[in-house]
Amino acid sequence: MNFKDNKAIYLQIADRIGDQILAGTLTPDGKVPSVRELAAEIEVNANTVARTYDHLQQNGIIYTKRGLGYFVSPDAREKIVNLRRQQLMQGEMDYFLGQLKAVGITPDELRQLYSDYLNK
Amino acid sequence: MITINDISFSYDKRNGDLFHDFTLELNAGNVYGLLGKNGAGKSTLIYLMTGLLTPTSGEVQIDGVNVRRRLPKTMSDLFLVPEEFELPNLSLKKYVSINSPFYPNFSMVDMQRYLDIFELGGDLNVKLNALSMGQKKKVFMAFAFATNTRVLIMDEPTNGLDIPSKSQFRKLVTAGMTDDKLMLISTHQVRDISSILDHVVIIDQSQVLLNAGMADVNARLAFRPQREGDQPIYSQQSAMGTLVAVPAEDGEETAVDLEMLFNATLQAPETINNLFTAQK
Repeated sequence: MNFKDNKAIYLQIADRIGDQILAGTLTPDGKVPSVRELAAEIEVNANTVARTYDHLQQNGIIYTKRGLGYFVSPDAREKIVNLRRQQLMQGEMDYFLGQLKAVGITPDELRQLYSDYLNK
Repeated sequence: MITINDISFSYDKRNGDLFHDFTLELNAGNVYGLLGKNGAGKSTLIYLMTGLLTPTSGEVQIDGVNVRRRLPKTMSDLFLVPEEFELPNLSLKKYVSINSPFYPNFSMVDMQRYLDIFELGGDLNVKLNALSMGQKKKVFMAFAFATNTRVLIMDEPTNGLDIPSKSQFRKLVTAGMTDDKLMLISTHQVRDISSILDHVVIIDQSQVLLNAGMADVNARLAFRPQREGDQPIYSQQSAMGTLVAVPAEDGEETAVDLEMLFNATLQAPETINNLFTAQK
């Protein structure tokens, strides 16, 4: 794993698990690797991974079964999509729109670009 | 778990104390990074912590027992990997059979697993003096981890390791760590170990300048490109422009850049100290 991004490591790991859920590598009600397994796999401190799992649990993306470990919530996919939408709107979108304005791209041009992109 | 209580120490009294009334408490369940400039006293501190040097006053305790007494129950639960060491001219198998009885929790299964992580799994009959310096270091570290002592202290463990072994070393730490253990890694190679630390201790001129959990650093300091209106504690130039260490705004959490944290702490120790002692 590469930590180039300047997001806190525990959030980067949360993104990675989110990606795996969206890609279907981790399935609803499927087991998530234990804290220690994942820590050793990605060479990150176990307490950092534990923090990731707390964060995912608070967002309803994973849940625990006592003594059995962590599992993917049935509606994890929707929750991740919603969270990412929010993040996109608050973060990157603002920057992106600013850039569009700076180089003078009109709403019509943007509409055209986006529909071309979707049809690609 | 380890209590360093008001210790003073000097190699040569004419030059004054290297450590003077130095106090530090380290707790089980953490991987500590010990950072300091050359000559800051990192190795000396490690020798004092492991009972190899005697403080002129004060004492170091592990679970309440003075390490200088070097009681078997202390020494069998403590392992030091020094920066430089010699291995005897024996086979690995012989070395393990001679040395492992000193460590009641030694596990051959773990030893094999750690050798596998370092891709040295094959031959236990290999002669230790036939190994390269880097290989010796890896074999010795595999043994150190396999002793399962609750305290494991390593001085510059990634020095002399090749590029793949640095990742393997991180794997060893994350796979070998448990809640009842304490690991302390002294190093200048902060990029090698940043992701595996729980806690960072920065010392200079026998002072603890910073002793903080990584989550705490996350919450209090942000490391990122400079923005307008920033009042950085520390800044440095990079290909991406000026990077700064600034007090984190609410909810702002960036990855900890240990190199910048170290430089910031040495450059502005009081600002850092105030930031970390403030209520959060």
